[in-house]
Amino acid sequence: MIESIFLINGLGDIVMEKHWASAIPRSICDYFFDVQKSASRPEDVPPVIPVPHNYLINLLRNNLFFVAVISSEVPPLFVIEFLQRVVHIIEEYFGECKESIIKEQHVVVYELLDEMLDNGYPLATESNILKELIKPPNLFRTITNTVTGKSNVSSILPSGQLSNVPWRRADVKYANNEAYFDVVEEVDAIIDKMGGTVMAEIHGYIDCCIRLSGNPDLTLSFINPRLCDDVSFHPCVRFKKWEAERVLSFVPPDGNFTLMSYHVASNNIVAIPIYVKHNIIFREGTGGKMDLTVGPRTTMGKTVENVVLEITMPKSVLNCTLTVTQGRASFDSVTRVLLWDIGKIDPTKLPGCKGSIALQSGATIPSSNPVINVRFCVNQLAASGLKVNRLDMYGERYKPFKGVKYITKAGQFQVRL
Amino acid sequence: MANQGVMTSLRDENHSTPDTEFASEATIGNFFSTDYKRNDDLKQMLDSNKDGLKLEAMKRIITMIAKGRDPSHLFPAVVKNVVSKNIEVKKLVYVYLVRYAEEQQDLALLSISTFQRALKDPNQLIRASALRVLSSIRVPVIAPIVMLAIKESAADMSPYVRKTAAHSIPKLYSLDPEQKDELVAVIEKLLMDKATLVIGSAVMAFEQVCPERTDLIHKNYRKLCNLIVDVEEWGQVLILNMLTRYARTQFVDPNTKQPVPEKEFYEEEEEDEATDEPTRPRSLDADHRLLLRNAKPLLQSRNSAVVMAVAQLYYHLAPKNEVGTVARPLLRLVRSQREIQSVVLTTIASMSVKRKDMFEPHFKSFFIHTVDPLPVKLMKLDILTNLAGESNISLLLREFQVYIASQDSKFVAATIQAIGRCASNIKEVTSTCLAGLVALLSNKDEAIVAESVVVIKNLLQSQSADQEAIITKMIKLIDHVIVPVARASILWLIGEYCDKVAKYGPDVLRQMAKSFTNEEDLVKLQIVNLAAKLFVTNPKQTTLLCQYVLNLAKYDISYDIRDRARLIRNILFPSENIKAIKNPKKIFLAPKPAPILESKYKDRDTFQLGSLSHFLNIRANGYRDLPDFPEVAPDSTVRNVEPPSRPTSVNAERVSVSYAQEEKSKRKPTFYSSSSEEEEVDGEESKSETSETVTESDSEMSELQSEPDQDLDKKSISIQEKTAGKTADSTEDSDSSESETSSESEEDEIRPKAAQGTTSPPSAQTTKSNLDLLLDFDGAVPDIPTPIITPTIGGFLTPIVPTVTTSSSLMSNSVDSIVMSSPAYVANNPKELISRTAGNGIQVGIRFTRSPHLYSSTMASIELHFTNTTAEDLGEIKVANKVLPVGMTICDFPVVSSLPHGQTRTALIGIDFGDSTQAAVFDISIGDRILKLSIKPPIGEIIRAVSMSETYFLSQQVKLRGMQESTAVATLPPSVVDGHAICRRVYEVANVSPIPSSDPLVFRFGGQTLSSKTLVLITLKTEAPKVTVIVNCEKIIIGQMLANQVKEALDKH
Repeated sequence: MIESIFLINGLGDIVMEKHWASAIPRSICDYFFDVQKSASRPEDVPPVIPVPHNYLINLLRNNLFFVAVISSEVPPLFVIEFLQRVVHIIEEYFGECKESIIKEQHVVVYELLDEMLDNGYPLATESNILKELIKPPNLFRTITNTVTGKSNVSSILPSGQLSNVPWRRADVKYANNEAYFDVVEEVDAIIDKMGGTVMAEIHGYIDCCIRLSGNPDLTLSFINPRLCDDVSFHPCVRFKKWEAERVLSFVPPDGNFTLMSYHVASNNIVAIPIYVKHNIIFREGTGGKMDLTVGPRTTMGKTVENVVLEITMPKSVLNCTLTVTQGRASFDSVTRVLLWDIGKIDPTKLPGCKGSIALQSGATIPSSNPVINVRFCVNQLAASGLKVNRLDMYGERYKPFKGVKYITKAGQFQVRL
Repeated sequence: MANQGVMTSLRDENHSTPDTEFASEATIGNFFSTDYKRNDDLKQMLDSNKDGLKLEAMKRIITMIAKGRDPSHLFPAVVKNVVSKNIEVKKLVYVYLVRYAEEQQDLALLSISTFQRALKDPNQLIRASALRVLSSIRVPVIAPIVMLAIKESAADMSPYVRKTAAHSIPKLYSLDPEQKDELVAVIEKLLMDKATLVIGSAVMAFEQVCPERTDLIHKNYRKLCNLIVDVEEWGQVLILNMLTRYARTQFVDPNTKQPVPEKEFYEEEEEDEATDEPTRPRSLDADHRLLLRNAKPLLQSRNSAVVMAVAQLYYHLAPKNEVGTVARPLLRLVRSQREIQSVVLTTIASMSVKRKDMFEPHFKSFFIHTVDPLPVKLMKLDILTNLAGESNISLLLREFQVYIASQDSKFVAATIQAIGRCASNIKEVTSTCLAGLVALLSNKDEAIVAESVVVIKNLLQSQSADQEAIITKMIKLIDHVIVPVARASILWLIGEYCDKVAKYGPDVLRQMAKSFTNEEDLVKLQIVNLAAKLFVTNPKQTTLLCQYVLNLAKYDISYDIRDRARLIRNILFPSENIKAIKNPKKIFLAPKPAPILESKYKDRDTFQLGSLSHFLNIRANGYRDLPDFPEVAPDSTVRNVEPPSRPTSVNAERVSVSYAQEEKSKRKPTFYSSSSEEEEVDGEESKSETSETVTESDSEMSELQSEPDQDLDKKSISIQEKTAGKTADSTEDSDSSESETSSESEEDEIRPKAAQGTTSPPSAQTTKSNLDLLLDFDGAVPDIPTPIITPTIGGFLTPIVPTVTTSSSLMSNSVDSIVMSSPAYVANNPKELISRTAGNGIQVGIRFTRSPHLYSSTMASIELHFTNTTAEDLGEIKVANKVLPVGMTICDFPVVSSLPHGQTRTALIGIDFGDSTQAAVFDISIGDRILKLSIKPPIGEIIRAVSMSETYFLSQQVKLRGMQESTAVATLPPSVVDGHAICRRVYEVANVSPIPSSDPLVFRFGGQTLSSKTLVLITLKTEAPKVTVIVNCEKIIIGQMLANQVKEALDKH
């Protein structure tokens, strides 16, 4: 099981350490530093590094490595998933998980780690329970604590851990009862030169923000539940109910959580909301020319927003001079990344980008073609066509305010040139 | 002294920051990270008597620990504060103590008594945290104390404490391995635990301390399978991995062919089947099937580790045709973060080597995005190559073509290898691939050319066509290619096929001889080889060149090359004293097998998939091999569990059985007729049905393998479940029983027992341990045998238990005690409570089910039937207002979602009438209407049937004489002649059970009031047509009323 956890920043400093069994000397991190240095990008550090007598399993988030020291066989995903939970909890507590915040909140983070693992085995990992054990800091509480001399550790011990709904804290009370659901779908696609779809998949998830008093029992039903046949659920969802009736029935945790995620595989036909017309030619000596046009494809009448095109040019490209009809375009000559931030697409006036490419003198025409990575976002559209039918609440008397939002985003969306 | 300390530290504080010390506390992180040298005041702050100062000091100390600085010199000052009343200080002291106790063992002992005291705290969370800290203090001296604490906590009332006890076991084991035997005993006990909270941790302890003790799992196997959905996610991973190993030792390989079918019945068809499906898998052991079935829903977990654990379980255990189910969930994981992605891809790569069909339909999901990190790209490439087949190869090759144009040369090189593998595996495309690779030879990129050369070399060996043209082309490259491997490959090819390219051979050798000294070792060896091969085939042109090369090699720096040269020289140009080798051609140009290009993940599945060892392809510390399936399955009866005497299981059984019943309502008759014992052994079918349903019931008490040998009150429960199904709340309801017990059980337990104590001698229950009591969700419910009526079956299976048989059986097993028994009669049809007119179109019927309510045994469970005769559909039905007299409680029924027009809905309500016949009055809201219900129980319904021996009956009756005896005389109508008819009339009015009687003219019945468990004894003395009714009961009013009721019932015509 997990013996120790080290938090290491991108520069190779140990930000924090926590040990469960006997303390493991810091020098074990030297092995990690070696690997870190030899990797060209931080992402290329392998997730599991064997070192003499131990194994280092690491997770990279926000340029911060969470390194768990393992001494014997344990499923690597078990550790990775746990580290991910740690990151998630820190985000829940402090808004984001980055070095400066952890340095500022050493004590709380240390206490959290202490509660989350017992002898290297996960103990309390539900944020609802942890928040009862250790109150998350906020401005108001900091002030009252300063004035009254009270502390962040709750004096009452939580009962949530013992309840039959371990993900929900007890005695939730709100003046305004609200339940919001965001259906977010990310489109992964590879579009070939001719505009044909090589592969396309949709990864969807439903994020919830639920602030309901008492112990509500919710049932969420879809108009077309057959669409998601490969799903995973938050533990609160009653699986049998889904199997039998294709409705999501659950007693929600308090606050934000991901209720469900689903995957619409490449075999189904996926509507691609955007197209890119492109023409890039490299010519010996003079350099090259490029011409890009972007337009909406199947969007059900919704506007495509936040469109960004990103092209990493081949090594021999020296510079690009660009003129665009909309948005901003820039070329970073160090990373050779061409970035065109378009914004909203107006279907009547399609944005275009023309320009010339300068090659390094003497360099040959690049043999490989770059790839356009596209980012976009379409509000009020779920690319898969999934629609929420209704939300019913049982167990409580009040009428909650309900809201559903659909967003389609680009995941790994690339257009080949 | 202490005050002085405070003063100084205060002064210090004020000096450094103009604010008070509290202000600095708020910004402590920033403040002290910049100025941590000022730690001298920490000791004084800890010695002060102000909590604020102590807290601040502790926070600073923890910050130091977190940063890896060593504050161990403060140990004495810190450890004193372990008794602090301030919970936050205390907590931080615990954290400190756990970290440094090992270094300061003597001082750490000072704190032990604090924890020992806390272990006895009434608050379960304090007990748990004390145990947690105590067991984390790694001081060998206290091992016996920890052992004692673990033993006690393992039998604690609270499942949370028991969980902590399980966590402590591996800690103590690593501290003192000699305690193993005792610890194993504790583990065994914890594995028996039925709380889902506990078993995950129990299995963790088992895995860490005694994974070899498979025998401990046998009895718990079915329970683990059934409860696994409800265990927390981390526990699920461990249990699944453990069960995978277990199943490998207990079941036979599902993929071997079926041995001779044992059923004679099918004998004629046998031939046909055998030819039809030659690979028909052997039918699975019921337990094997149970595991697979119960693991499957976990593929939907949000936790990737759980999904992976199920996937590997299926891969290692399931029949071939079922393994495919895990493909899509795994694909879903591929989309996750980089770290998870690489682990999952490794597993998929391994699976795809043997089980291509699983992922073939989804191969597009592995197409590579430019943003993927390199390791992921390489793994995807390997998987794509594994999945390549005739159907998708053209698409794949087109995709590979795109990859070759990538800017990352390592990735391109890997792609070329992948193409090579596709070419050698799929004969149809070999020539196409080869042509493509040859085209790559003219690429500008050196690395790509080199890689292509190597791959072409491998391919040429297995491909005979076109060799000459391709080799010629490659020979021309030798001047441009610099990469040693590529040069060596070309040279090898020339040598190997020197008869085909005889023209060029000597020329190339000449050139190579010129540049020999500048070549890499790898190339030099191949030059020597080439020289030898050419000499053998073409000595005329090359003898001199060959000798020249060998001479060059003779003086090379590398001994490898010198050795090779010496060997070859002695073969080709033997000196006089060495015997010449006759046919050197056979040595140098022996036919060589073509290399097989295969995935590097090929043999990884000897490791358990998803394990650390599998990921690294190294045997990790503590990795245990997955055993091979046994040839013959070991005895499966070891997993059978004795029919339990525990109440929980009875209830659980009710729930699960009723579920099953609901699902296959058509098969009811057989279902009933089969005794539960049979059910367990026999039907895979019914067994798995039930287990499925257990997962649904979502509840701790769904304890399946515990088969009580009685029939159950299916009717009432199934109805309850029906309503529950609609209202969704049910699972929680039944679930709550477990968690509530932790707090309520004590109370619940004591009450009935106290009541019993006055009326009855010690019953069997009193001997139960704490553990059992905790699980008991009601002391009284337990031992109810319930032969019961089900309206669906109709009258023939009905209620009236033949007096004689039951009594004789009772005689034998219960001499001196009261045993709960099932009601002898239950009304089939509801009585009208509110008529259609009174209820404004809503009709309410009522039926006493005569079974104890799930919530509490003191409640009568009453079925309410709501019928909507209005024209409109009505909304949900729920209990609204209730104002109850003292001593009466109501357990609401779960909300019924709607009451459509013309329909009837039922709800099960539990009412504790407190042994009075006062009416329970409450409001029911149906949609927006309110109905006032007033339920006045007939006296016979607040009694529960109990049976006892005749002697016990008589001895109790003697105690209840005088005032407590009520008598009435009834006259039987002429229609009633025999004893059965008389008994039946009694059963209709009162829920009592027959007591054996030695006198055929005397009938005796036993009962107990629901609330206070006061004994009610009825005696009928018949002297036809007169019947004397005698009721003995401590509660005089009840006795009198009951006597009158029975009399009226008997009088009735």
